[in-house]
Amino acid sequence: MTTLIYDGSFEGLLTAAFEVYERRLLYVDLKKGERRTDALFDEVIQVITDNARAERVLAGLKQKLSRMGLQRLYAAHLAEFENEDNMLLGYIRYVFDAGQNIEEDYGNKYVMRVSELVRKVRREKHRMEAFIRFQKLKDETFYAAIEPDFNVLPLIIRHFKNRYADQQWIIYDTRRKYGVHYNLHHTEYISLDFSDVTPTKVVSAYDEGEELYQVLWKNYFKSVNIPARKNNKLHLMHVPKRYWRHLTEKI
Amino acid sequence: MNEERIVEKLNILADAAKYDVSCSSSGSKRKNENKGLGNASNGICHTYTEDGRCVSLLKILLTNHCIFDCAYCVSRKTNDIKRAAFTVQEVVDLTINFYRRNYIEGLFLSSGIFKDADFTMERLVRVAKKLRTEHKFNGYIHLKSIPGASDELMMEAGLYADRLSVNLEMPTEEGLKLLAPEKDRKEMIKPMGFLKTEIIQRTEEKKLFKKAPMFAPAGQSTQMIVGATPETDMQVLYTAASFYKSYKLRRVYYSGYVPVLADKRLPELNTAVPMVRENRLYQADWLMRNYGFHVNEIVNHDQPLLDLDIDPKLSWALRNMEVFPLDINKADLQLILRVPGIGVQSAHKIVSARKFGKLNWDHLKKLGIALNRARYFVTCNSSEFERRDLTGSRIKQFILAESTSKYLKNSHTQLNLF
Repeated sequence: MTTLIYDGSFEGLLTAAFEVYERRLLYVDLKKGERRTDALFDEVIQVITDNARAERVLAGLKQKLSRMGLQRLYAAHLAEFENEDNMLLGYIRYVFDAGQNIEEDYGNKYVMRVSELVRKVRREKHRMEAFIRFQKLKDETFYAAIEPDFNVLPLIIRHFKNRYADQQWIIYDTRRKYGVHYNLHHTEYISLDFSDVTPTKVVSAYDEGEELYQVLWKNYFKSVNIPARKNNKLHLMHVPKRYWRHLTEKI
Repeated sequence: MNEERIVEKLNILADAAKYDVSCSSSGSKRKNENKGLGNASNGICHTYTEDGRCVSLLKILLTNHCIFDCAYCVSRKTNDIKRAAFTVQEVVDLTINFYRRNYIEGLFLSSGIFKDADFTMERLVRVAKKLRTEHKFNGYIHLKSIPGASDELMMEAGLYADRLSVNLEMPTEEGLKLLAPEKDRKEMIKPMGFLKTEIIQRTEEKKLFKKAPMFAPAGQSTQMIVGATPETDMQVLYTAASFYKSYKLRRVYYSGYVPVLADKRLPELNTAVPMVRENRLYQADWLMRNYGFHVNEIVNHDQPLLDLDIDPKLSWALRNMEVFPLDINKADLQLILRVPGIGVQSAHKIVSARKFGKLNWDHLKKLGIALNRARYFVTCNSSEFERRDLTGSRIKQFILAESTSKYLKNSHTQLNLF
């Protein structure tokens, strides 16, 4: 058993796959972690992310997987699941070792697991597309804070850029402390300093009409409910409580 | 804008619109190509009400003033309620501002009939036109087709809206006569026929000329109220099937009657909403549209009512035990789709995965199949399978004994109605 330690990036994962083949390793244990220079045992290998090697692996994957298949692998990795690195590496190895495209071989444990991970990521991505609530600020920017279970912000940019092409917006992941700003032309990653933000400051940053529309939306949400059909279990299944704090209608 | 008044109007006109169950915002393919606002494609449920229904559109009436007196409708002329009306600009502002905050996918605009059909329809069309032309709004718009409105207006509506709908309201002509004597079913269906022809023609045109304008790209839908009149499920589903066929409808919605009005022609005020029945009707509808079932396999003269204890697919399987067991590693996709506990996605995954090797119970479980139901109907790459020669009713007992369905305790809902 050889332990491989990599930096957690997608390029790092691909470099790790390169190492496996170059060193002809059979049993490996892949972990995310810091670079260590004090490795005591010779069966621990530091994977040093190497773009050229990653590119070669990527080119190979492109040949053996469909475009969708590659995107799915990328999404499964991007989400930053704990302790799934071996599954992702196993998947990559299975892709290379098999003589045909194995994307749909759901009887295989790696393919099945990646498919499960992708389903989780997709659901979270979809929830963010649904649950993001923008607040209009005085400078005409629409701002939304999110705390998704997995790192899905990069996956939702395209959706919001297409949809809100004519308004400036910021979506900020307050858990992972980074965001995306769209300036009517293109998007860029940003980080904000919230250290001196107080609730009153937040409200005073609102555009004049913001409060009215929040009130209208809350009222609308109440008005469309049919009490005779109340079904709280179903309600909670669709809108789990952990999302409520960013939902205007549930605050 | 008087803020209090606009809040009050929204409360009244959203409340009056909520019994229209359609909330779909899918099936269109409007792109944001003019650097405007919004797009419409797959539809997103932005939130869910406490009764568990999806909220995807701003669903409101333009007004709840109405010249008709339909027994089942809260906005009926003789009902003593607060009345209100939005201006065109108010609806436009609400839609744009809700949309920009990512509250909604678009607008579903319906209306009580004030003055006459054309007058009402003209206002609805004006809202849609303003959104599309002045505000470059590419989000989803669903307009009600007002029966009796002129063809010219329906045509214009189709140019701006993604979807149009006329509610049949009652599953049969007799039902409609009883509860809405002023309405004429033929008159109601007429705009549907006009739009169907237009949609087909325009789609052909669009294939030839890419720049031809879109015409109601998300098609037409309708709604039937279930449980207000004594129709059987067979009558309801046959009506649905015939409308799917002759009017190319995208969806038929079934709305369990909510007793809001006292009227001797209607179920009493304390009658429970037939939610289980409604759910079974939707399941049956799904079987017709996505699973290749013919309506008479689901309901027929021997079986005019859907089984409330179990879903209609299981019910069909139990009546047709000679089809089973199927070998999951060999059976055609069309047959796998008919196995209780296997959905469309899983069926496709099974067919893909078995090319790589034979599937066993473990694989099936991982693929997300409900084995508690499916195991009576399939065999796979395993020596374990149901060897007893069980009858349909025994299997039903076993499945019900294991299930914790929320429906079991109120399985008498449908009986109460008759």
